[in-house]
Amino acid sequence: MTDAARLLALTRKLLAEHPPAGTARTDFLKARFDAGLAWVHYPAGLGGLDAPRSLQGVVDAELAAAGAPDNDPRRIGIGLGMAAPTILRFGTQEQKERFLRPLWVGEEVWCQLFSEPGAGSDLAALATRAVREGDPVSGDWIVNGQKVWTSSAHLARWAILIARTDPELPKHRGITYFLCDMTDPGVEVRPLRQITGEAEFNEVFLTDVRIPDAHRLGEIGEGWKVAQTTLMNERVSIGGSRLPREGGMIGQVARTWRERPDLRTHDLHQRLLTLWVEAEVARLTGERLRQQLAAGEPGPEGSGMKLSFARLNQEISGLEVELLGGEGLLYSDWTMRRPELVDFTGRDAGYRYLRSKGNSIEGGTSEVLLNIVAERVLGLPSEPRNDKDVAWKDLTR
Amino acid sequence: MKVPPNTSEAPPDLLYSDTEDDLRAAVRSLLTDRADVPAALVRAESGNPYDPELWSSLAAGIGASGLLVPEKLGGQGAGPREAAVVLEELGRSVTAVPYLTSSVMATETLLACDGESTSSTHVAGLLTALAHGHRVAVLAVPLTTAPDGPLPAGAAVVTGVADAVRADVLLVLGDDGLYAVETASPGVIVEELTPLDLTRPLATVTIDASAGLRIAEPPLAEAAVRRGLLAGAGLLASEQLGIAEWCLAEAVAYTRGRHQFNRPVGSFQALKHRMAHLWLEIVSARAAARNAADALATGSPGAPLAVALAQAYCGRVAVHAAEECVQLHGGIGMTWEHPAHLYLKRAKSDEIALGSPGRHKETLAALADLPGSRR
Repeated sequence: MTDAARLLALTRKLLAEHPPAGTARTDFLKARFDAGLAWVHYPAGLGGLDAPRSLQGVVDAELAAAGAPDNDPRRIGIGLGMAAPTILRFGTQEQKERFLRPLWVGEEVWCQLFSEPGAGSDLAALATRAVREGDPVSGDWIVNGQKVWTSSAHLARWAILIARTDPELPKHRGITYFLCDMTDPGVEVRPLRQITGEAEFNEVFLTDVRIPDAHRLGEIGEGWKVAQTTLMNERVSIGGSRLPREGGMIGQVARTWRERPDLRTHDLHQRLLTLWVEAEVARLTGERLRQQLAAGEPGPEGSGMKLSFARLNQEISGLEVELLGGEGLLYSDWTMRRPELVDFTGRDAGYRYLRSKGNSIEGGTSEVLLNIVAERVLGLPSEPRNDKDVAWKDLTR
Repeated sequence: MKVPPNTSEAPPDLLYSDTEDDLRAAVRSLLTDRADVPAALVRAESGNPYDPELWSSLAAGIGASGLLVPEKLGGQGAGPREAAVVLEELGRSVTAVPYLTSSVMATETLLACDGESTSSTHVAGLLTALAHGHRVAVLAVPLTTAPDGPLPAGAAVVTGVADAVRADVLLVLGDDGLYAVETASPGVIVEELTPLDLTRPLATVTIDASAGLRIAEPPLAEAAVRRGLLAGAGLLASEQLGIAEWCLAEAVAYTRGRHQFNRPVGSFQALKHRMAHLWLEIVSARAAARNAADALATGSPGAPLAVALAQAYCGRVAVHAAEECVQLHGGIGMTWEHPAHLYLKRAKSDEIALGSPGRHKETLAALADLPGSRR
């Protein structure tokens, strides 16, 4: 039997034994995990069957057709996209068995404690300290510091955390990776209000937070390497799905343009056409990238897509506010809220204009991404650096 | 309200096939072997930039000139996707060959005429000669003509005709049809102009259409010319992609090796960010150019939009890359000796050729239902 046929048979068996209509959502998801149909490329016993990742679609389609509940992946994106692959790669067997099932089912939401007020683009300069207490081999870690830009922190049960365990070493070498219990009394979460008026993110203050050594992920001092797995998966998840023409932000402004001839000016027309061309070419570039991935020949083009979309979202939404004229002077609502889900193209033009300013900052600033393209794709030399071989404690902060 | 056609049903094939990769390797190997910048510069200034041996190897040796011509007429029976790959390589080396004009535009025009009763033998014979590269034909229209732009129907004098000095046959749009006119026939005068781009000669031609043979009657005559122009504009995007790729590769190589202030100048962010931006534009231009070539190859009803999109985008990318290439080279980029100027001149001329980006955006405004202001 082919892999696909086997997966299809197992999916039907799951549906027969746990009919979605008569099964509680969480119970169904747990049964799906235990049947190895959660993420089929994961190992058996951890929600998978060691099957090719490309076959997940076979399972998902069959379950969707049967009306089975899903695990609401948008709500638990950090757990699925970042924590899980890192735990899978670096975790102990106990850690994998303890954390992956409730993570995938959605019983335990995860957040990411990486960025700090003093460590943004230069993440490896982070200053949150983890100091061992008691036994030098098995003692707990006591963590103090401040993290920022943490989405879902107020909902999260667990966090992936990187902290400095040895300030005497150069910055990349003295970092260790932990799994942090967000219910620890030393964890304080405060909403971080943004220019849109709402708070998608939080500041997280860590004061004498106690982390048992069993919740360390990877070796002491290897945290930077472990974090690369997390960050690599973040970039992979920013691939997106296939868009129809005018499927992105350009569609909103094009609709307004067609419906409102009274708003048109010659200058706006020229700029709209230029952006329409660039948005359509960017869409085709994304399509080409997907075709390359499907053909098993991934190119470096992916690193450029985020740059293109950040700039286009900003320019298109800026044009839209201007096009709307008097209506562009208004804003829907400044009430402070904590949205569970974020939709870049949602709400009104003013919101889109303001929110898209973050597109060139979050997940790697455009300036850092340009360096990555220049150095890793084009092979240009890096700027001379004075921070690589200096003990972290001696760096200017 | 008209909604722009959605492309979600049959996605275009934006990749290169193995056959296309092989073709590219053959063309690149030929062009690399014969690359001789000093000799090319001397030829360019002489007003006759063409290297006859190179054309013969490209056309007859590799068969590139017959890619669009069916096998029964002596061609390769390939299509616009393959011809696009050849043009990428020709752009990368700013080669002076009448490929775009004869092997793409004139050939596509003649293919549209093939089968017309009275002259089909003549058209078929001419297509075979073009496929083998024995003869060269060009459309007697200004190089600036957009696929949906005004045509010089019935004009006695047409100026800015590309590769006319190399042509054996002019395809001339008369008042009552399309004519194939031998350049050697009496009454035809080809006067060489001094072009900005020395690698694509321009001429003013004075024509008496009656000296030629009518190969299509109205309205097919105009439709055939427009088909040639559409194919030319769509595949010009691939030439522009090749130009841009060379310019970026050259700028990267130069700034890696050039030292000032005791470090490679390519290590300065002010420079490397500019090259990263170019890379991003080139990645995008490739998607746009492949999309146009694929739309032409499949005969998609979306081809006019795909071509206008590629032309609205790729022309600017090639010019930007060539201008950055000159600037990133500093003083050496301003010299006659360094080939960067050949790319700049080709890129700037290509931007105007077959409709400027602004002209193509106007076409898109109509095709995508984004009308302008009436005030």
